[in-house]
Amino acid sequence: MDETVTTQPEPMIRLRGVSKTFDRTIHAVRDMDLDVAEGEVLVIVGPSGSGKSTVLRCINLLEIPTTGTVTVDGFELTDTATDLDHVRAEVGMVFQQFNLFPHLTIIQNIALAQRKVRGRSKSEATEMAMRQLTRVGIPEKADAYPRQLSGGQQQRVAIARSLAMEPRVMLFDEPTSALDPEMVKEVLDVMLELAGEGMTMVVVTHEMGFARAAADRLLFIDEGEVVEIGPPEEVFSNPSHERTRAFFDKILY
Amino acid sequence: MARRGRVTDERPWWDTFPWWSLIILSVLGWMGWQILTNDNYELAWERILPGLGLTITSTIQAFAIALVIALIVGMGQMSRNVVFRNLSRTYVEFVRGIPILPLIFTVALILVPELTKVINGQLENWFDWELKLSFQMRATVTLAVIYGAYMAEIFRGGIQSIPPGQTEAGRSLGLNRRQTMSSVVFPQAMRAIIPPLGNDFIAILKDTSLLSVLGALEITQRARQFSASTFKFREGYFVLAFIYLILTLGLSLLLGMLERRMTRDRKGER
Repeated sequence: MDETVTTQPEPMIRLRGVSKTFDRTIHAVRDMDLDVAEGEVLVIVGPSGSGKSTVLRCINLLEIPTTGTVTVDGFELTDTATDLDHVRAEVGMVFQQFNLFPHLTIIQNIALAQRKVRGRSKSEATEMAMRQLTRVGIPEKADAYPRQLSGGQQQRVAIARSLAMEPRVMLFDEPTSALDPEMVKEVLDVMLELAGEGMTMVVVTHEMGFARAAADRLLFIDEGEVVEIGPPEEVFSNPSHERTRAFFDKILY
Repeated sequence: MARRGRVTDERPWWDTFPWWSLIILSVLGWMGWQILTNDNYELAWERILPGLGLTITSTIQAFAIALVIALIVGMGQMSRNVVFRNLSRTYVEFVRGIPILPLIFTVALILVPELTKVINGQLENWFDWELKLSFQMRATVTLAVIYGAYMAEIFRGGIQSIPPGQTEAGRSLGLNRRQTMSSVVFPQAMRAIIPPLGNDFIAILKDTSLLSVLGALEITQRARQFSASTFKFREGYFVLAFIYLILTLGLSLLLGMLERRMTRDRKGER
């Protein structure tokens, strides 16, 4: 089959002709093509309702595309023969609302999927959980329950929970939008460090500072379509589309 | 003239005191005293009490069967399988729409005889054995069928009360549907499920009185027989009400304690 022309020969994430329609009338994503290379950090920005979260959720098929194909690490997720759970274990996801499991302690939160999906023993899973907790800076919270943690700490645990699965890709869906302002940085710091280690990341966010610091490419999306994509400095300083310009005028001081 | 003073959020002790429990306790105490001291009440007590075992076993049997039905049907309503889902929905809507008494007659006098006629022909051929359901068992099964539908709704509601983000988090970590349900969603849903299930247990206990219409010798039937044969209606039904009250109030007390323990856990005060 004819390979589509891309900058990288084997993109980690490949979307082809992805559309998502809700209730047959609302077109959240329209015919989108997107490649994300291995080790690349892609930041997606756009006005609310532009479809940026939907695109992200299509990547691990939390949202099933109406049409189109999604390929991650060579596995086509939209192929019914693919073992979706297997691929999802390779794709970490961090949510706006953290979505920690409130009935489990922090260490149990991080160990659960390791044991059930990766088949690790309790001690292996605990060891890995402690390693990831240390990495996000809160090993002392191992035996606490999520409700006893601040929002920023909960989000860091959520990141640790995903990382413990040793994923190939990390998806972030507005990870700092539900946080009190003083907690945003501690989460972004962890993400920045992760980007520095070469993790393939797709991040939906309103944090333009993070986009500047970490993004290889910035994608501006509006009404379900890619309006503009390129290096963040270029898109920020010299947007080639009126819609992009109007958006940045509204959000940048 | 309006009273002068300052508003305050302090309430006097007599405003917050649970007078209702005092009233119930004194009524129950008075009832117990009557039964202990009055020969007529004592006679009624002796005639009715032997039915208590049947009332309790029927309650537990009906609840246990209903629990199994509820789990299957509750999950069925959320199933991806179109046949299973629609059958579950149909069952719930049907059963919830028919009053218990006519349903008991329908099951006991029509459905069970017809069904056993069909399957017993085969059973007899193969195993030289046939299924016989006593009227008491038929009524118990009917109760289970009815409460199975009610409780299925409790299961469904409890599970649907868990935010979808929980399922998404589980699935995005690679857990499959079953693992996500059993490790993430269901344990959380239990908090929402257990209290109403307890209420239904009490409701089943009360509804076992309907077994009397099929002649099962539980406490209501015994009270009817006692009253009809001795014309001591007051004594018979007084004692009957007393037994039901002791059981139901005792159970709600237990349930309340259980609920308080569960809410304490939720606040993380362990």
